[in-house]
Amino acid sequence: MGVRIPMEEIFAKADELNFDLTQIDLDSIKLPPGEDFGIPSDDDEEDLRLEENLEFEAGYGNVIVVDHLPCVPPEKFEKLEGVIRKIFSQIGVIKEDGLWMPVDPATQKTLGYGFIEYNTPQEAELAKEKTHGYKLDKTHIFAVNLLDDFDRFMKVPDEWALPETKPYTPGENLQQWLTDEKARDQFVIRAGNDTEVLWNDPRQLKPQRAYHRAHWTESFVQWSPRGTYLATVHRQGAAVWGGKEFNRLMRYAHPQVKLIDFSPGEKFLVTYSSHEPSNPRESHKIVLNIFDVRTGKVMRDFKGNADEFAAGGTGGVSGVSWPVFRWGGGKEDKYFARIGKNVISVYETETFTLIDKKSIKVENVLDFSWSPSDPILALFVPELGGGNQPARVSLIQLPGKEELRQKNLFSVSDCRMYWQSNGEYLAVKVDRYTKTKKSTYTGFELFRIKERDIPIEVLELENKNDKIIAFAWEPKGHRFAVIHGDSPRPDISFYSMRTSHNTGRVSKLITLKGKPANALFWSPTGRFILLAGLRGFNGQLEFFNVDELETMQTGEHFMATDIEWDPTGRYVATSVTSVHEMENGFHIWSFNGKLLYRIPRDRFYQFLWRPRPASFLTAEKEEEIAKNLKKYSKKYEAEDQDVSLLLSEQDREKRRKLQEEWEAWVKKWKQVHEEEKIARQNLRDGEASDEEEEYEAKEVEVEEVIDTREEIVHYEEDDADN
Amino acid sequence: MRPILMKGHERPLTFLKYNREGDLLFSCAKDHTPTVWFADNGERLGTYRGHNGAVWCCDVSRDSTRLITGSADQSAKLWNVQTGTQLFSFNFDSPARAVDFGVGDDLAVITTDPFIELPSAIHVKRISKDPSEQTAKSLLEIRGPVGRINRAVWGPLNKTIISAGEDAVVRMWDSETGKLIKESEKETGHVKAITSLSKSADGSHFLTGSVDHSARLWDTRTLTLIKTYVTERPVNAVAISPLLDHVVIGGGQHAVDVTTTDRRAGKFEAKFFHKILQEEIGGVKGHFGPINALAFNPDGRSFSSGGEDGYIRLHHFDPDYFHIKV
Repeated sequence: MGVRIPMEEIFAKADELNFDLTQIDLDSIKLPPGEDFGIPSDDDEEDLRLEENLEFEAGYGNVIVVDHLPCVPPEKFEKLEGVIRKIFSQIGVIKEDGLWMPVDPATQKTLGYGFIEYNTPQEAELAKEKTHGYKLDKTHIFAVNLLDDFDRFMKVPDEWALPETKPYTPGENLQQWLTDEKARDQFVIRAGNDTEVLWNDPRQLKPQRAYHRAHWTESFVQWSPRGTYLATVHRQGAAVWGGKEFNRLMRYAHPQVKLIDFSPGEKFLVTYSSHEPSNPRESHKIVLNIFDVRTGKVMRDFKGNADEFAAGGTGGVSGVSWPVFRWGGGKEDKYFARIGKNVISVYETETFTLIDKKSIKVENVLDFSWSPSDPILALFVPELGGGNQPARVSLIQLPGKEELRQKNLFSVSDCRMYWQSNGEYLAVKVDRYTKTKKSTYTGFELFRIKERDIPIEVLELENKNDKIIAFAWEPKGHRFAVIHGDSPRPDISFYSMRTSHNTGRVSKLITLKGKPANALFWSPTGRFILLAGLRGFNGQLEFFNVDELETMQTGEHFMATDIEWDPTGRYVATSVTSVHEMENGFHIWSFNGKLLYRIPRDRFYQFLWRPRPASFLTAEKEEEIAKNLKKYSKKYEAEDQDVSLLLSEQDREKRRKLQEEWEAWVKKWKQVHEEEKIARQNLRDGEASDEEEEYEAKEVEVEEVIDTREEIVHYEEDDADN
Repeated sequence: MRPILMKGHERPLTFLKYNREGDLLFSCAKDHTPTVWFADNGERLGTYRGHNGAVWCCDVSRDSTRLITGSADQSAKLWNVQTGTQLFSFNFDSPARAVDFGVGDDLAVITTDPFIELPSAIHVKRISKDPSEQTAKSLLEIRGPVGRINRAVWGPLNKTIISAGEDAVVRMWDSETGKLIKESEKETGHVKAITSLSKSADGSHFLTGSVDHSARLWDTRTLTLIKTYVTERPVNAVAISPLLDHVVIGGGQHAVDVTTTDRRAGKFEAKFFHKILQEEIGGVKGHFGPINALAFNPDGRSFSSGGEDGYIRLHHFDPDYFHIKV
């Protein structure tokens, strides 16, 4: 690189040499071609700068068109420009020369519209949102559009034409997997770049592949809550797949989508993305879309700053607690809600607007949760004014927003809410300060939602200073399990919401002392629970029968990180995901703790059972089946036996074949080996013996006299008798 | 099966070799002294002093009189087995690694590592009956492929040399001309570095172990893949039972990754597979580091393993081992 010399120095030098620089036409100086005398060219740098800007120049996504501006003569032009600039620079940074209002050459008046160019398409998008319909004065209401949209609008034909009626093409049966003859369940795994959907085939003791695809998703996959769809996530948006061949059913455009969430009835899909702000002092921009899963239509979108979505909740992804929207009102996907500062906003899915057009105001609300079955909200408000106003948990019925029940709580440090899966019970775990405020202790408030007036019962552990490590309701049941105590060997207690003669009282069933467990996994059908020691406990497993209160089996899946029951409660999958470098893969266990098979997989990321929709059988019918289980199981036991016979037959056949192949190979080798015998002997100087054969192993006994000593042994007659 | 623990080496084991009768066990380690043991009770019989670097490999002549060792001190040495005296030293310009006597013990193959500018190489030396006539002259020198050759052995009738190494390819060379005859196929071969190679008792097939978590069985003449055994860990050592249709595969998490918590996590097990059915039969635990060396006693009634932990574990099989039903 050449050395840069400031202009002053050049002038000084010129003075010194006594010639007038102004007389020289600098442009006439030509360097010999291919030689630059070490002078860096300014042009190159110009190119570089252009290149840096290139990414902004691509497309017109960052340009908006503002219509319905006043038409002003040249003398008022500057004033109008000032006003416009002020309005639009509130939303984002307008580029240098990014504001252009064309002028009619005939009248010198502005034409009543203008173009504004922002730095990013996001800002332009936001500006369109916020200023469309802005009232400058009575006669000038802004109409704002993206420049890119104009093309689209121009193409709209002037004449309305009858839309073409497409012939009905019957869709695929998306629930085909439920009709499996062997009533097997499916699961999806992600390992390395591959995503696979497999049948769990416990009879064959191995999984059977249903579908496989490399690079199917760019971050993760997710089943819809009833198992109909498998969602994949890509840079451009999300997609759902289903049917026998896992065809793509729908795409949902959402650039840089990070997280997705289905509504419980899988009617809607919420997608989320957060974008770096152009101004580093601002917080991240967040975009949420709610799609109709079947039509792919955006039902509602939400945009804003991360701060607006971060209120309440307990952390999560970059300040936003996920899912932002929690779905309520049972399987009908009627309502969804999110928490904001001092408000809970509940929307209903008929119109995708707030119920009664306004949010529920609750000062300082910290957390809320929906009942899984009914449109009931439980919310928690912490203590205010240094304890003058107690903390409270209240239940609110929707859509009427009546408060069903409220409970005031004192000296509360934290609260967690746990709903039983049928919405019959709500347990609120309350951490309270002791009198000295130095430590906390824990109690439970148990709500019986389905009973009259919603009675509340307070439950404290026998040792109320015990730390609570985990809590879990029995699905569809009346029992719950708690892990409490100190970490190396905590205790596990089981409680029932009924006693033998009183259905309205909580009773303790049993306490298991000193278990190496820190997580609870109830079977989805209840009755059985898997007590697991994940992380620090290296994957200790205990399969426990809560009806009989006995341990069925203990096991271990070394370093296990994840556990999931299959939707029928027949099998459990334990897996080691890539948080560990080693041992990656999964194990499948029967409900009673028998290890069925193990599949190791490097870089194992995900294991998800395919959920099943709720059964159509009535409770009575189910009970009847349970009663006559023997009759039904006979058929399956016979099938099991057939399969195992067939398997062992196949196995024998396979082995026989392998053995035969091997023997044929050995025979061929022996023949060649024999032919080479002479050559081999010659190599060994005529030594006859070949490798394995004729050397004789002789046993030679060697006696060595180590020491000779004389000892007199006393002989006693009494001993001899014995 | 209670193993005999043999503690004589101060550094990780690298290689184990039984003599033909199976009464002596020779061990090499990263300390500089190969050692000979009674294969029956694990008593130490003696050492061979003279190397000045890690010893990677050894072979013993059929009549158990001479031992050849390859070492990182850029030499391969011939020893008198009985007296422990050095008979000859082949000196190279780069570390020596694999050594193997040919049929008749008149020939030896020695491989050297790539070193600075030098590529890996395979040298064939004539071994004289009378040590005083021994010369350092090479009958043949084959310039090896890219990367280290970890093991080279003789094929049937000393006509071929089979080599395997870091580039994951098994190669067969003509031992007269030094021409490459055959390479293992990409589709069926190993995908990562081959660490070990072991011939069957009759030399008809051989087993290779690789960092790609598998061991593969090959036909010595055609270099076709016969069987594959898959484990969960890198394979450092392999051996074929001379008595039963079993192979044993050892290895474990690589030594540099071992620092993590639990001994079980490393899987430092010697795993037994059924040679023909390719099914896992069982495992022998005990080492607290990866297994670097494995060898079967020629009678097939015992085997020994050498670990990164510096121990040799000598296992005599229990009677029920011989009645394992798969």
